[in-house]
Amino acid sequence: MKSYKEVFKKLKSKKQGALIAFTVIGDPNYKTSLEIVKKIIDAGADILELGLPFSDPIADGPTIQSANLRALNNGINTDKAFDFVKEIRNYSDIPVGILTYYNLVYQRGINKFYSDAKEVGVNSILISDLPIEESEIISKYSKENKVDTVFMISQLTDDDRIKKIAEKTTGFIYAVARLGVTGAQSSLEESTLTMVKNIRNLTSNPVCVGFGLSKPSQVSDIIKAGADGAIIGSAIVDLIAKNLDNKEEMLSKVQNYVGELKKSTLI
Amino acid sequence: MKSLGKFDEFGGIFVPETLMPALEELEETLLKLKTDKKFNSELMQLLEKYAGRPTPLTFCENLSRKLCCKIYLKREDLLHTGAHKINNALGQALLAKYLGKKRLIAETGAGQHGVAVATAGAKLDLQTEIYMGSKDIERQKLNVLRMKLLGASVKPVNSGSKTLKDAINEALRDWTANVNTTHYLLGSVLGPHPYPSMIKFFQSIIGKETKKQILEVENRQPDLIVACVGGGSNAIGIFDEFIKDKTVRLIGVEAGGAGIKSGSHASRFSDNLLGRVGIIHGTKTYVLQDKFGQISNTYSIAAGLDYCAVGPEHSLLRQSKRVTYTYATDKETIEAFKALSKEEGIIPALESAHAVAYVIKAAKTLKKDDIIVINLSGRGDKDLDQMEHIIK
Repeated sequence: MKSYKEVFKKLKSKKQGALIAFTVIGDPNYKTSLEIVKKIIDAGADILELGLPFSDPIADGPTIQSANLRALNNGINTDKAFDFVKEIRNYSDIPVGILTYYNLVYQRGINKFYSDAKEVGVNSILISDLPIEESEIISKYSKENKVDTVFMISQLTDDDRIKKIAEKTTGFIYAVARLGVTGAQSSLEESTLTMVKNIRNLTSNPVCVGFGLSKPSQVSDIIKAGADGAIIGSAIVDLIAKNLDNKEEMLSKVQNYVGELKKSTLI
Repeated sequence: MKSLGKFDEFGGIFVPETLMPALEELEETLLKLKTDKKFNSELMQLLEKYAGRPTPLTFCENLSRKLCCKIYLKREDLLHTGAHKINNALGQALLAKYLGKKRLIAETGAGQHGVAVATAGAKLDLQTEIYMGSKDIERQKLNVLRMKLLGASVKPVNSGSKTLKDAINEALRDWTANVNTTHYLLGSVLGPHPYPSMIKFFQSIIGKETKKQILEVENRQPDLIVACVGGGSNAIGIFDEFIKDKTVRLIGVEAGGAGIKSGSHASRFSDNLLGRVGIIHGTKTYVLQDKFGQISNTYSIAAGLDYCAVGPEHSLLRQSKRVTYTYATDKETIEAFKALSKEEGIIPALESAHAVAYVIKAAKTLKKDDIIVINLSGRGDKDLDQMEHIIK
């Protein structure tokens, strides 16, 4: 399995940004979800960010909330989610990050969550509702299990705090493109590009941007502004939601879309 | 942050990064205003001249005779808008003004907190939006009408169980998107630091008055104080003043719904299977959840107690055994609702009727001279529509 460092380094040498594709594990069900993720990999995604669904995802908008519910209603749980990652690992060596909420980590036992993650080949864990103030124990088990940490930075995070967050980050910084929750939108604010440049100046960690990106032109703008990667989530989940009754259509649309996005990561 | 707001292992700050600057600002402002003369006198002015404080401590002659002990009610039901929620709503709305925020958002379960926030918003000229589960909207129609009359907009929440938990999710999402202009006026001693201690600060006036009043009539401390516990703000409000005095027994009553074994309840402390320490809505506390940590749907006849988690300080008070937590079922609550209405001419909120139900149940164990104070956190007018179908 490739490390983030290798992937970001190699892409840089090829003058490309990373395309990070997000889906929710088990959406709409385990089997289809596995096929979707394989198509995403085939289409050229550089990194996978997989959501481990939670019943009360406060950082997510309606699109990903619905995906979480579909997956949970179809029987996904933490055990099966780790099996899922294992199957992906057998298919590909691209980095896989887990995105989830703290209660799911805590209930499994933090140590066990991280050692299980390591065993199935997870590269990083991002916990949406865990600010750095509460992250000491997470950093400990991340280090012990060689699982990278990913933390978010928002447009409201001041420079001192950006530096503190960067110190705790071993994977990449997830820069939140706009105030609010996840969900596709068509415009990219000037302030997002400014934020990317600012974080760039303050740290040497890779910086990837997510929340609200859906168009190839946005991906291109973000990479040109100096980001190491663009994270696309809700827009992919939307394609799943809109084609629930036609799996073939769903799979081909996701694959085409991810392929388009990848093209726009070339500088 | 100056502090992480821990109650030993409970409490803390578990929120997305976007909210951190707002919580820092809130903590800093709160620390300043707690001792600010102007703020405190403005707040006291509002509480006395507008909300109707102090509330009386009423002796229940008939119920006391029947149950063979001395029962007093702390009459938060007599406050403007009908419940203790107004104490916190006015406090935080005034604080929002000091923060320079123009807009209030809030969640509501029974609608009492929503009404209190809409009222505070109207009085202090702040734009107000209330998130409410669509199931709660259905069972609390009158409060929805009240909020609208008060100028607030009520936003139905159709996700999840369509109750309080989901309304909090939506309010948090709104706050994340509008954090620069908006204050989130959380209604109970829940959520990330500094909310639990801030709301305690605004509610602890209940206990302070109670202490003074009981000393005036009885010349001694009560033996027992009983309060219902949803998130637990009325309970913390009356308990706080007495926590140091170990001779006063404190009882928190959760919603037993259809019974603990049925799984249909909101009793975080009595269900050993589903009620475990976890993290929800920004805090670490006892939460009803499945084995993987997915949050359970809860049930209670009282919308205001129908919530998956309890305030983090209650988790500590239970662990330290300073407060004893128990529950009353829907059935016991309905009986208590009827009894207090008939015996004392006071129709309690279904939430508060849980506390009354406990005292009726525990009466056998009480002595004739025992002094019991029940925090009557709200009045029952809002529940009549619902009770009409139950009492034939």
